[in-house]
This record gives sequence, structure tokens and C-alpha cells, in this order.
Amino acid sequence: MIDFRPPTFRLEALAVWRRNALVWRRMMGASVLMHFGEPFLYLVGLGYGLGRFIGEMAGIPYFTFLASGFIAWSAMNVASMEAMWSVYTRMVPQQTYEAILSTPVQVDDIVIGELLWCATKSLVSGTAILGVAAVLGAVGDWTAIFALPLIFLTGFCFAAPALIMTALSKGYEFFTFYLTLVMTPMFILCGVFYPTATLPEPMQVVVQFLPLTHAVALIRPVVVGQPIGDLWLHVSVLAMFGLIGMWIAIALVRRRLVI
Amino acid sequence: MPPPVGTVIRCRGLRKVFGDIEAVAGLDLDVPSGACFGLLGPNGAGKTTTLRMLLGQSPRTDGQLQLFGKDVDDYRREIRHRTGIVPQADNLDPDFTVAENLRIYGMYFRISSNLLEERIPELLKIVELAHRSNDKISTLSGGMKRRLILARALINDPDLLVFDEPTTGLDPQARHMIWSLVHRMKRSGKTILLTTHYMEEAERLCDRLVIIDHGKLLAQGRPADLIQAHCEKEVLEIQGSLPGGFLENLPADGLRIEQTGESYYVYGDQADSLLAVAAALPESSCLHRRTGLEDVFLRLTGRELRQ
Repeated sequence: MIDFRPPTFRLEALAVWRRNALVWRRMMGASVLMHFGEPFLYLVGLGYGLGRFIGEMAGIPYFTFLASGFIAWSAMNVASMEAMWSVYTRMVPQQTYEAILSTPVQVDDIVIGELLWCATKSLVSGTAILGVAAVLGAVGDWTAIFALPLIFLTGFCFAAPALIMTALSKGYEFFTFYLTLVMTPMFILCGVFYPTATLPEPMQVVVQFLPLTHAVALIRPVVVGQPIGDLWLHVSVLAMFGLIGMWIAIALVRRRLVI
Repeated sequence: MPPPVGTVIRCRGLRKVFGDIEAVAGLDLDVPSGACFGLLGPNGAGKTTTLRMLLGQSPRTDGQLQLFGKDVDDYRREIRHRTGIVPQADNLDPDFTVAENLRIYGMYFRISSNLLEERIPELLKIVELAHRSNDKISTLSGGMKRRLILARALINDPDLLVFDEPTTGLDPQARHMIWSLVHRMKRSGKTILLTTHYMEEAERLCDRLVIIDHGKLLAQGRPADLIQAHCEKEVLEIQGSLPGGFLENLPADGLRIEQTGESYYVYGDQADSLLAVAAALPESSCLHRRTGLEDVFLRLTGRELRQ
């Protein structure tokens, strides 16, 4: 029996968020390096290297095109990793949640706090990449800062399904499947490197169902300084993935921890 | 908040079913305010499941369950604010120091940071860890971790303290330290519920206790009363094989015998009868002693090994 009652939102979720923020603060160096180093290398290597030959893509300088795609990709990556590896560590080997559940904090608070935390980490890494892109002259306008709430939303959207994987997982190996079968295809197909309009038509339909497509479609124009087309469609898709994922994740974590 | 009056924990017909296994089969319990109450039973008896239900960590299949006069499901948060839990496993937060562990835990109760900064040094002093305040959890010994977990359970100044096997795996020094802390908590008016496998511990700490097995209540009462009600006054332990027919023709009447492997336990109310048995076995090693809670426990739950 799975308890699918709707999630309850309470201030206790923030205590869980704060716990993670306090741990992160002391390991900030390594964490930022990891989540920011890889996209940075890709960006400089591919952006400058390929950019010389490509010049513009869809009317945007390739470096800018790639930088805006990487911001969305990194938001997905950072949130998913945190919601899988780190949440699993706290749930299983470290028994952190077992201790937390001895306090007034409940399962719903834990999951919501964790999702907010994952989104926050996405925000940090996205901001770092945006900063680098700005310094390298790849950002259109100061209005690019409106990308920040969209990065947070993207992080939340991806954290929720990843946390479902964690709730179902019996070990870390399981996450490799999700990484290879779900995240990598999105990285390749959802418009990070090229516009999805260049894909064969059936594929174009398929990628419309993948949330990274919508994250890229939101973040890219804001970084470039162009108006966003279909703003509410993209926001709704991300929000739906996040909220429905959260609901399922909470139900599954309840089943796992409250037996 | 004044200490609670009357009954702190009350359950009626408490049941828990996992699939087709009935882990808890209709328990009635009353834990009076200010008491140290023991929940005893062999492995798999349903102690942990009962404890988890009492704490609202596991939904019950059936039955009524009230803490502080309130239903566990409906008043979970309020009950949590008045309860401190010392779990069996070490689930201290390894990412933080000793003092930080208390601070983070206090945060979950939304205790103000001013109050926390006041309370943390006091608690560390009580559990004698003040000098380790800034150390990492990984540098603590098992006994220190246990004391820190106890300090953590006290962060919200609870009215009810729950200990799940508080001294399992500890050396005698650490165990005595925990006992002394439990006594201290009792003197300060807190109600205590504990599970243990150590009958000596239960005899020393508990005012009242229940023995459960297969999810059912077998006996309850004060330790001394239980010994009186369920066991003879004395026992003779005999090690090694006995001469043939010895058990059938004991040199005295009114004796009861239990056996585990090649050990025999002869129970009786008269020391003379037991000494006569010992005298008839000059070759065997015999130990004559008064019976205790362990004898009651084994009598009620049987001597066969548990999974």
C-alpha cells in the first residue's frame, strides 16, 4: 500500500534545506569545482574550438548558444546527482533521515527540503556558468539575470524524478541506468548543442516530451537577450515534471521509511 | 510545561501485520507518568515494531494508541516536541561536530538559536563531553557516541525519553555511565520507556516492565513481583552430563528442571533441597544462587535460540 495523500508543505522543510546548506558550506570548494569545472571545460573547449568553424547557430554566436545550453544541462545534472547519490547516502548508509524522523520533521518535509536544496545547488552552478559566460562576453544583456529563477525551476524539475529513482534504489549502481538511459540522451538530443528543429521530424516530437528541451527553450533566449516564445508552455512542463515527480517521490519515500 | 500527570503512554489492542505475519498481536500497555518502564522480549518478539508504532514512525494496523492523552496519528508533531528518542543505531550526523550535531537537531525542533547556545554546553556537561565539543563524530568511542545521542534526545527538554537498547555493545564503564544518566533523568521527573536484552539492566532501572513474545504480552509488573510470581526463590546451575536416571530420582521433592545443551537448572524454594542435589553430584560443577529476572524471562519465553 502506497500512501498517495497529497504532500504537506511546512516550515520544517527549511530545516532540512539548512542542514544541507551548512554541510555544503564547508565543502564548497570541491563542490563548486566539480559542478562548474566540467561545464567550464566543455564551454571553453567546444565553444571556442568548434565556434571558430561554426560561427553562428540559429542566428546566435555558437559560444553563446552553447553557454546557454550548458546552463540548462548543468542545472539538470547537478540537481539529479544530488537527488540520487547524496540523498541516497543520507537515506541509507548515513541514516540521517532516521534521526530526523525522531523529531517533529516528517517525510514530506525531508523530501521537499531535499528538492529545494537540489534546486539551490543547480542555481549555484548555473550562476557560476552564467558569470563565466558574461565575463567572456557571451551574455546579451543584464536581463540575463532573469535566467536565475528559470535555473532554479529546472533544478527542481529534474531533482524530483531523480529522487524517485533514489526512493526505488537498492544501491548506487542503479543510478548508472538513469544516468545512461535518461540523462545522457537528453544531454545529446534536447538542444544543448544544436537547435532541435534540425532533428528528423519524429525525433522533434519525441524531444518535446523531454523536460530538458523546455529548460533550454526557456534559458537560451533569456541569456541571449531575446524574447521567450511559449513561455508558459515551457514553464508549465517543467513545473509539472517537478510537482508530479515530487508527489510520487514523497509517496515512495513514505513507503520506504514509514513501515 | 508542567510534567504530565497520569498515564503517558496508553495503548489498547495494538496490532501490526506485515503481509501474513502478525508482528504485534494485540498489546495493552499503560506507562505511568514519571516511571521507568521496560519493554522486554527476545529478538523478533515485536519490541522494535511496538516502539516504532508508539513513536508514530510506523502506522498501526489496528488498536488505540495515545501519548500524553492524545492520538499518535492526529497529534504527531505535538507529541514529538515532548519526546526524546535514543535509537539503537548510531545515526549521528557524520558531517558535523559534536556541538553541531546538537545544534542541527535543535533546528529540527525549531528551537531558537539563543536557547540552543544556552542548552548545548549544559547538555554536553551532563553527558561529560564538554571537552569534545568541536571534535568530529568519527573520533568518538562507542560510549561517547551513545552519550551524545542521549544529549541529542534531550535537546527539546522532553517529558518522555525512549531508549532502544541503550547499552548494547558498550563496555561496563560506559554502561554504568548510561545507567547513572538514566537515573538522573528519572529523578528530574521524566518518564522513561526502554527496551533491553539485559535483565540486570532492567532490574536496576525499571520500576515496571512487560515481557512480550510473538507480539503478545506474557507478563507485567514490578521486577521483584515478577520474580516472585513466575519463579522459585533459588536455582542450582549444573554444568556437564549427569549420571543416568538422576533427573528422574532427585534427592528432594518440589523441584523443577530446565535444560540448555549440557547445562541443567534446578529450581526450588528451599535452599536445603538444592544443596542436597549439589551434594549428590560431587563430580559436577554446581552454582547455587537466588533467581532473578533472567530466570523469569527464560521461563516465559523459552530457552530455544532465536533468529
